[in-house]
Amino acid sequence: MNAARYETHDFDVLVIGAGGAGLRAAIEASAAGARTGVVCKSLLGKAHTVMAEGGVAAALAHVDAKDSWKVHFRDTMLGGKQLNHWRMAQLHAQEAPDRVRELEHWGAVFDRTPDGRILQRNFGGHSAPRLAHVGDRTGLEMIRTLQDHGVHQGFEVFMEVTVSRLLVEGGRVVGAFAYRRENGRFIVFRAKSVVLACGGVGKSFRITSNSWEYTGDGHALAYEAGAELIDMEFVQFHPTGMVWPPGVMGILVTEAVRGEGGVLRNSKGERFMEKYDPKRMELSTRDMVARAIYTEVKEGRGSPHGGAFLDISHKPADWVKKKLPSMYHQFMELADVDITKGPMEVGPTTHYIMGGVRVEPDTGASTVPGLYAAGETSGGMHGANRLGGNSLSDLLVFGRRAGLGAAEHAKSRSGQATIDLAQIEAAERAMLAPFERADGPSPYDIHAKLQETMQSLVGIFRVEEDLAAAIHEIARLKQEAARVRVLGSREFNPGWHLAIDLKAMLTCSEAIARSAQLRKESRGGHARLDFPKTEPEFGTKNTVVKKEGETMAVGQSPLPEMPAELRAIVDAELEAVKV
Amino acid sequence: MAEAEFHVFRGDAKGGTLQPYKIQVEEGMVVLDAIHHIQAHGAPDLAVRWNCKAAKCGSCSAEVNGRPSLMCKTRLDSLPLEQPVVVRPMRSFPVIKDLVTDVSWNYEVNKKIPHFTPKKDAPWRWMQEDIDRVQEFRKCIECFLCQNVCHVIREHAMQPSFGGPRFFVRVAGLEMHPMDDANRTELLKDELGIGYCNITKCCTEVCPEDIHITDNAIIPLKERVVDEHYDPLRKVFKLLTGKK
Repeated sequence: MNAARYETHDFDVLVIGAGGAGLRAAIEASAAGARTGVVCKSLLGKAHTVMAEGGVAAALAHVDAKDSWKVHFRDTMLGGKQLNHWRMAQLHAQEAPDRVRELEHWGAVFDRTPDGRILQRNFGGHSAPRLAHVGDRTGLEMIRTLQDHGVHQGFEVFMEVTVSRLLVEGGRVVGAFAYRRENGRFIVFRAKSVVLACGGVGKSFRITSNSWEYTGDGHALAYEAGAELIDMEFVQFHPTGMVWPPGVMGILVTEAVRGEGGVLRNSKGERFMEKYDPKRMELSTRDMVARAIYTEVKEGRGSPHGGAFLDISHKPADWVKKKLPSMYHQFMELADVDITKGPMEVGPTTHYIMGGVRVEPDTGASTVPGLYAAGETSGGMHGANRLGGNSLSDLLVFGRRAGLGAAEHAKSRSGQATIDLAQIEAAERAMLAPFERADGPSPYDIHAKLQETMQSLVGIFRVEEDLAAAIHEIARLKQEAARVRVLGSREFNPGWHLAIDLKAMLTCSEAIARSAQLRKESRGGHARLDFPKTEPEFGTKNTVVKKEGETMAVGQSPLPEMPAELRAIVDAELEAVKV
Repeated sequence: MAEAEFHVFRGDAKGGTLQPYKIQVEEGMVVLDAIHHIQAHGAPDLAVRWNCKAAKCGSCSAEVNGRPSLMCKTRLDSLPLEQPVVVRPMRSFPVIKDLVTDVSWNYEVNKKIPHFTPKKDAPWRWMQEDIDRVQEFRKCIECFLCQNVCHVIREHAMQPSFGGPRFFVRVAGLEMHPMDDANRTELLKDELGIGYCNITKCCTEVCPEDIHITDNAIIPLKERVVDEHYDPLRKVFKLLTGKK
């Protein structure tokens, strides 16, 4: 191997991903004295966090003085159908307020209460107004704050760089192999700890709110390195994505529309949530609302373009523009709809994966030494269904903890490991093979087939024969992907990048389908038409996916048992906790 | 279904040409949809940046029929489709490939700006009306279209001694934050060269977030610089009292 064929960089901590979790991890790792590098697939500040809209959940108790971490913890566990790792839900609820205040101290400018404190809004499944927000562009505020604070913290950022595999020596992660998207040149990172903060997997589905980056890289990298993934069957279909025009199908319509009083109606003008969740109505949890809309459409009561009507036009126009400015512009400019005058058409869109890398809650450590994960790439925090607003707070709480955990681990290592050249050569060969084929399928075609498969067979309602068909089709697509052919050069070549990303998407899709097959019940984001009930025996088990040889092993492990004092909070009536 | 012809810049730092592509027009289609269609059907290596497809991330900046725009919010039905739609990369930044340009200079400028520096014993309470104007600046999605059209950059290539509208907006957001205690007027005057701006408002015109860049950010900052550095009375006052 000619050394000039790749650059080499050494770090104590390498963070892969520069969204909320990645940046927060990098800030913390640097603060702990670790020499830190951050790799991101896009330009800095463009990660998926920028698209988060509604807010960050934290029991600051600014609007409802009776809110507390205990109420937030209880809401999170109930929203997750108690499949959450109790310790993650606890840490999250306890630490989110400090993380939000910290953002404010770093320059975030949240909307205010009349007495000048951070304003909080209602959201589905939260039993108090809890989401600190900036209109409907909270994610932008968060990422820009972390970015502008972060660039002064001394970590090095590698923009438009994709990691294609982790380097493993003696069962320990010791670095990563990557390429620069701009010119196709290779990079070998040597690192004592690696933090995966790569977001989710939505690009495997046809209708999704996720960007091109969401190809499950973190999940797949961890899997290939031998880490366990848990609860991959739990994919969140956000109830409200745009359904028209075709080009914008799936783009997110923030839950804040409902949080601020928006109502859902079917084509008959009925406020149909009365049938599905009369108590919470539009502010029910996302899994419930998504299935309700899907069912209304399926039974012939959909809007003209196959969705439901979401209406906020009963509120004053100026107020709507102030509270939901980007929704106003999004619909005005992309769909010719004035949301201050009439309803939007919305339908479910693939939004988030609850499942992910199994981590140790306090440190973010995966089951492989040297490998950490945070944010959407990790699993356990949200159980079977995530509450809106709990993602941004998750990124901050566990981004920080993973950064700290990774930095501590790096301190325990005396130096960089020697990396076996054969691994690097294999990674390089895998990258270049698609150029060398004289013939083969287009990555765009394989991607389109995968998206159709996941959308139609592993979607919002699942059934055994569909899942079996999906697994069969994914296996076939894997064979196609092994023959994929790329045209053009290594200079900024999206076809090549997609060909590489396909591998991760296929791995994650298989993990989702196989996990969904194993969970023979309906719970949270996972609904089985052939097993419509929530079964108590499945409530004590995580689904576990792990690489064994060349096959994907799927099994179950017991859910960590909650201590009695926390169990009491979850089991108590809301009024007894909210005091 | 109608057909549209696109002429898309294909090339790199060494040069390039406009290449013709035909696409079927769907209802509500935007330019970015067309570019993706071209990628998936015939030009798999066509380089373009994008992320959110909803005007929230500021990645897909380009020049459509000569107008600097976000491709994700430029509707085809807003363009004269009887003639080819010409899509070129932003002109003020070096081309990397096709529609992708090297915008790294912007990230270097950003590093020069001292971050938010709260006052000691800040009460962390302020009224919504105190931050309305700061929030306007914080809407910026860093699409760099304002940088692309700014004459100081586009015609005069003053990058080394100039910050550009994007970073005047960022500084304005910091300087007008009720809790911030740092002073960035020296930086504005010297390193960011705010004096070069001759307020032609081209930046304001292309801002997809409708930030009043010139009126609300640049002009007030220019006034601060003038007040602090060119006001003779204040200079005497500073000398006598030692206060800033």
